[in-house]
Amino acid sequence: MSEGRDKSAFEERLKAAEDAAAGPKRETAESDASSARRAIELAMRLGVEMVAAMVIAVVVGWGLDKLFHTSPWLMILMVPVGMVAGLRNLLRASGGKTGG
Amino acid sequence: MAGPTIDALGQFSLTTGLGSLGRAVNFTNSNEAMLGAAAVIVAVFALGLKSKALVPGRAQSLVEMLYEFVRNMCVDTIGEEGLRFFPLVFTIFSFILLGNLLGLFPYFFAFTSHIAVTLTLALFVFVFSTGVGFYTHGFKFLKFFVPSGVPTWLLPLLVPIEIISYLSRPVSLSVRLFANMTAGHVMWEVFAGFMLLLTASFGVLGAFASVVPLSLNVALAALELLVAGLQAYVFAILTCLYLHDAVHMH
Repeated sequence: MSEGRDKSAFEERLKAAEDAAAGPKRETAESDASSARRAIELAMRLGVEMVAAMVIAVVVGWGLDKLFHTSPWLMILMVPVGMVAGLRNLLRASGGKTGG
Repeated sequence: MAGPTIDALGQFSLTTGLGSLGRAVNFTNSNEAMLGAAAVIVAVFALGLKSKALVPGRAQSLVEMLYEFVRNMCVDTIGEEGLRFFPLVFTIFSFILLGNLLGLFPYFFAFTSHIAVTLTLALFVFVFSTGVGFYTHGFKFLKFFVPSGVPTWLLPLLVPIEIISYLSRPVSLSVRLFANMTAGHVMWEVFAGFMLLLTASFGVLGAFASVVPLSLNVALAALELLVAGLQAYVFAILTCLYLHDAVHMH
């Protein structure tokens, strides 16, 4: 009887010790790996996101200028718009909830 | 001085492939590499799925892993409707992945290092996802450019920003892939050319010193392997993300 209780108590302690030793460690290792992957993926994306918006804004402004013969005003107007759009891309890519 | 020079961009020049027939129809080495990539994909799948074992062997589990990886990516990113687009996403992912990986081998051509190729892929994704948006929501899809919960007087400012942000998608998608692949191959070429330069100018001493660029190249090879996989993954997941926007409009 007492031997059985000892055994179950031992099993309990063993389980607790195993959980303490292995459980959290494995979890953090896994989440570390996935967060590292996300971070690398993000790092690959962010730089280009900002420049792309800028390039498109300037090209659109330049095209509209050609169309309406207003050179260079629309292009100048589009530059700040492109900057903001680039920042918006950044926010969106980094997973910030931005509505819209 | 007539010696070895570093020709970093020569590796990207297009030549004709498939002999005289290829010359007649302007079939380039880039096209050859594309056909090669497609052939490898088909061959791997045919070999892997030949046995259809319940407990998969190596080839079969490789194929199943690829399939499930992309399938999960579709379902997680787009939602249950994402399965409709699974064939497209899988084709894009495997084509770019194989293009990147085959391009890492010597004497092979990395067709993803040409912006013409990546821009075509990106524009296809862009036009397709826009089409899906209009197909699912009709003209209500234009509301995508009107952020909700903003005062009306801000809209003239915000709508152009949203439109520019949307139009910049194919650019960032294509430039990212093209720039990563080109930069890696250029660095390889520069370091390898530097070894020849060292040997040519300093003789035996230079030959010993060129161990440094050689080891750098070995390290770069590992990095390039990572980049090849990662860029294919990023391209595919962004395709999923754009399709998600088109289907759900937020």
